[in-house]
Amino acid sequence: MEFTVNHQALAYLVAAILFILGLKGLTHPSSARRGNLYAMLGMVIAIVATLLAREVQSYGFIIAGIAGGAIIGAIVALRIQMTAMPQLVAALHSFVGLAAVLVGIGTFLHHQHLGLLNAVLMGEISAGVVIGAITFTGSIIAFGKLQGLLSGAPVKFTGQHLLNAVIGALTIALAVHFAMTGSLLSLALMTVLALVIGVTLIIPIGGADMPVIISMLNSYSGWAAAATGFTLHNNLLIIVGAIVGCSGAILSFIMCKAMNRSIINVVFGGFGSDSSAGESAGAQAAEQGIKSAAVEDAVYWMEDAGKVIIVPGYGMAVSQAQHALKELAELLGARGVEVKFAIHPVAGRMPGHMNVLLAEADIPYDQVLEMDEINPEFPGTDVVLVVGANDVVNPAAKEDKSSPIYGMPILEAGRARQVYFLKRSMRPGYSGVDNLLFYQDNTYLVFGDAKDTIEGMNTALKGGGH
Amino acid sequence: MPEALDPSLIALYVFVLACFIGYWVIWGVTPSLHTPLVALTNAISGIVLVGALLVAGDPQAGLLVQFIGFVAVLLASINVFGGFLVTHRMLSMFKKKKK
Repeated sequence: MEFTVNHQALAYLVAAILFILGLKGLTHPSSARRGNLYAMLGMVIAIVATLLAREVQSYGFIIAGIAGGAIIGAIVALRIQMTAMPQLVAALHSFVGLAAVLVGIGTFLHHQHLGLLNAVLMGEISAGVVIGAITFTGSIIAFGKLQGLLSGAPVKFTGQHLLNAVIGALTIALAVHFAMTGSLLSLALMTVLALVIGVTLIIPIGGADMPVIISMLNSYSGWAAAATGFTLHNNLLIIVGAIVGCSGAILSFIMCKAMNRSIINVVFGGFGSDSSAGESAGAQAAEQGIKSAAVEDAVYWMEDAGKVIIVPGYGMAVSQAQHALKELAELLGARGVEVKFAIHPVAGRMPGHMNVLLAEADIPYDQVLEMDEINPEFPGTDVVLVVGANDVVNPAAKEDKSSPIYGMPILEAGRARQVYFLKRSMRPGYSGVDNLLFYQDNTYLVFGDAKDTIEGMNTALKGGGH
Repeated sequence: MPEALDPSLIALYVFVLACFIGYWVIWGVTPSLHTPLVALTNAISGIVLVGALLVAGDPQAGLLVQFIGFVAVLLASINVFGGFLVTHRMLSMFKKKKK
């Protein structure tokens, strides 16, 4: 029996359903792995159904490409450190973007050869190529910032928005010209300009806004796939692209809401600065009337506490403190202390970053709570241990109307009996805003590398404490 | 013969309805799995592989086009394999408390 276009369309429908069920699986950690398997199965069906199509005649390039991609992808996926997930995701987004650009240009050349070009098709090709190109360079800039190859500070200059607007208008003009004439030159120029937009769009966005950037680029990569689907009249690409595009858009919305900022403000705002501390952290703290404490003090209060909540932030990822934290949680648990972890939606460099790091350290997910679940518990908590987080517990967000972070929902750590901040220095958080919590009577700062400090706590607890 | 519907319009139908599905499904995802969600959507957006296969697989189109297709297949495959594997790795780490 011949494999017809209709058979292929049915196979694509099955694949699309499997993708949807796969994402649905992420509703709960217990069904998530099965979901991932559904999605994998969907991908296999989609690929096989495409390979059986009449258009695919030669397999040399395809086998080489898939084999190469499988090897590279597998090596990267198995070796990558969990703390480097944001970079990996940014890199993978850039690949989707570039692939969409290449498919668009390839389809144009292919159809030109067959004499099948028309204005609608070329309009669709333009959309795929432009969105793909923006995704490509935007993701590369995001990767550079996350990997530390580029400065995380926002790059801003006068006339930036005007420049973006001009390039954007030129790109659209070229796209229209291309759709009407099929000029290869217009296609090429349009692609180059879109690549430039990707750069100019992402450089003004600061490191603290990375969760939004990652989500936005995730969304773009989806729209790029959908546009490619329109080009190829392929419903599977359209469905998947639309769902991925929505997913990224929803995540961007959630992240923005968690910072009480609009997406416009994030994209055009440029937030955060790199200020550096000159004096020793302890001396600076004392000058400002902030109390610092030794590891032993924190241990003394934690070991007899009824309940301890740990608030991790990006600093935990930087010092790789998650494994030490797990041991701390177990040692305290063994003494009858109830230990929970509190996660702010924008903690870390991508949505859900902290949850993955804690899961990596084997901390059970039912011990890890989201902001809305845990906030009512702070008043009944003896000790809050803040590990490398800052802005997300800053009461200025609630009390100080003049603060740039005013209105941002926070973890109400300050309402616990005592708060211990593990900090490397007196540097403010990414927002550059002073943390009012430091000045509270029940707050103490413990200076040092987070991992070393926690290991110190563990040693003290194992030694029997006081 | 009734008037035939423009295929681009049908594509638009599919697109808009898929956006609705995406909206409902994604809001149901638990925040603790947002990183796996990004990784998984990344893997499935490797579906551009399907488009890349069509470009790479037609020898009539000439070697240049096939080569462009090859690079696209390679990139999209890295996404598909890398994305699914890293999602699997992450999801395997999420465990419940041992009772």
